[in-house]
Amino acid sequence: MPILAEIRFALRAALWFVFLTFPIMVIKADPIGQTVIWRWRNAVWVGACSFFVCLALRLWKNYRAKHPALGPSNDGGSFIHRILDHSGQRRAFLGILLAAAILFPFFASSYQTNIMITALIYVVLGLGLNIVVGMAGLLDLGFVAFYAIGAYTYALLHLHFGLGFWQSLPLGACLAALGGICLGFPVLRLRGDYLAIVTLGFGEIIRLALENWGEFSQGPSGIANIPRPGFFGMTLSLDQSILFLYFIMIVFVIATIFVVNRLRDSRIGRAWIALREDEIACQAMGIDKQKTKLAAFALGAFWAGGMGVVFAAKTTFINPASFTFLESVIILSIVVLGGMGSIVGVVCGALILVLLPEYLRALSEYRMLAFGAILVLMMIFRPQGLIPTIKSRYPLENLTDDRP
Amino acid sequence: MLRLEHVRAGYGNILAIKDISLVISEGEIVTLIGANGAGKSTTLMTISGLVPCRGGKILLNGREIQGEAPDNIVRLGLSQVPEGRHIFPLLTVKENLDMGAFLRRDKDGVKRDLEFVYTLFPILEKRQRQHGGALSGGEQQMLAMSRALMARPKMLLLDEPSMGLAPLLIKQIFAIIERLNRERGTTIFLVEQNARKALRVAHRGYVLENGEIIVTGTGRELAANEKVQSAYLGM
Repeated sequence: MPILAEIRFALRAALWFVFLTFPIMVIKADPIGQTVIWRWRNAVWVGACSFFVCLALRLWKNYRAKHPALGPSNDGGSFIHRILDHSGQRRAFLGILLAAAILFPFFASSYQTNIMITALIYVVLGLGLNIVVGMAGLLDLGFVAFYAIGAYTYALLHLHFGLGFWQSLPLGACLAALGGICLGFPVLRLRGDYLAIVTLGFGEIIRLALENWGEFSQGPSGIANIPRPGFFGMTLSLDQSILFLYFIMIVFVIATIFVVNRLRDSRIGRAWIALREDEIACQAMGIDKQKTKLAAFALGAFWAGGMGVVFAAKTTFINPASFTFLESVIILSIVVLGGMGSIVGVVCGALILVLLPEYLRALSEYRMLAFGAILVLMMIFRPQGLIPTIKSRYPLENLTDDRP
Repeated sequence: MLRLEHVRAGYGNILAIKDISLVISEGEIVTLIGANGAGKSTTLMTISGLVPCRGGKILLNGREIQGEAPDNIVRLGLSQVPEGRHIFPLLTVKENLDMGAFLRRDKDGVKRDLEFVYTLFPILEKRQRQHGGALSGGEQQMLAMSRALMARPKMLLLDEPSMGLAPLLIKQIFAIIERLNRERGTTIFLVEQNARKALRVAHRGYVLENGEIIVTGTGRELAANEKVQSAYLGM
């Protein structure tokens, strides 16, 4: 009887789960009474829940295996791809999306708008990192360094030379790109784990330098009174400037998506993807490995630098604590969660990872727990990401595949 | 066309090839045979710039190319099919072929060459939307060769094209090598362990042992050479 076997399996899984969660869910030390409280009811709950979840998952899997006609295609990812593939539907879909984005701040409070600006910043950051990690396959754990370079460029240029947002924006982006090249040169020969460690170190070096080089960056106390972007010399109220920043971000997101999309289909984009697949073959094809890698680092960093400037303008105050390793991890999670190399995926990943914690503030204590659980579940059920990248298609005429 | 003069190269402290001099003229099929670890692949990698040359000269049409970046060497018309095929596993067959033409900008020529490799290997056309990694070993070898051809090289460096293939496929691959040489005039430098086959198609050959060339001659001469027979042909 297969159902009995499934129940037995679920029972075993539930018992394991109870055993594993026993120390945190059941035992509670009471430091005042110097006693241990045994919360047996929790164990029952954990056992029952994990039993039913496990059983449901197993049965569902069996059902799917028996009815392959349902196929793996009835999921969110391909739904979005189906819409995007159909040019009429795509236009309508994007139109609605754009309209919703434009109308959003007029219906939402400025608090909501502020959160959305943050989310959009992470969209662009994710798209930037997507170039480095998703396309070129270079695992970068220090991406936040470029974000910091951009933010400090604006803050310091304003502090010392009184430069405004619009002058600092290209400078910040370009300085970050230069930083990307500086990081790129020494790591040209590295791949995989080694590259990850060096980039991690680079991120920490930048943060520690900002923290300790007081004369340059004002140290941990940070830089305050950074102006928000002005609107043709007009002074804006707080709400107005948030609104303005929101629309600036919308434009940035659209521009970034456009550029990244074009980049992916360009020669350099193809070189990145080939480099990710096989370095030796790449060189045998005549691709300049060094230039290609440096371009990936520089272009990825470019967007991070630009967003750093926006971030500084948005918060009007920056200090090194905003640029910790955790930020790099979040940006990387956005790319991995959304689907490496996939632009739609990264956009959705950023919105989910930034907005969910904001709207689930009540559960904020469990945020990191949920974060970890989501990533583990992702790796098990959708290792290719929420909305994986699709291969470009070639029109073919009446081809039959005779492969058995 | 290609001339190596006292070339040395290696990895770390080990010198894999010690003193190699050889000549390949235009339109020839030249083979380099030798046992495992004799330095055959290193010789090819050194020519295409993937392994740095530690001494001697490599001349392509009279121009010194040792120390040039690998992409410049491809630009000069030398295209390598690396050992173990090294196709891009997650790109489709068509994308793999497109990567071969990476340095070319003449779209019409690329299109013609694509048709040409499809006539050489019709199976690739059928598989063009499949991932490279989903191909069988023989198909991958065909893809690797076709990809190198997409660069329209003047000279093709083939590293063990028969490795791990069934005898029938080996025969087919070697037939294609001869056809390329005959119809397109592509100069071919063939590194092989399958000495018998290689000597049959090659005009001339070199025998490599411990990083040095010990015998050279026409394919027929080498096949008749006693030393070569006992060491590589198992006679």
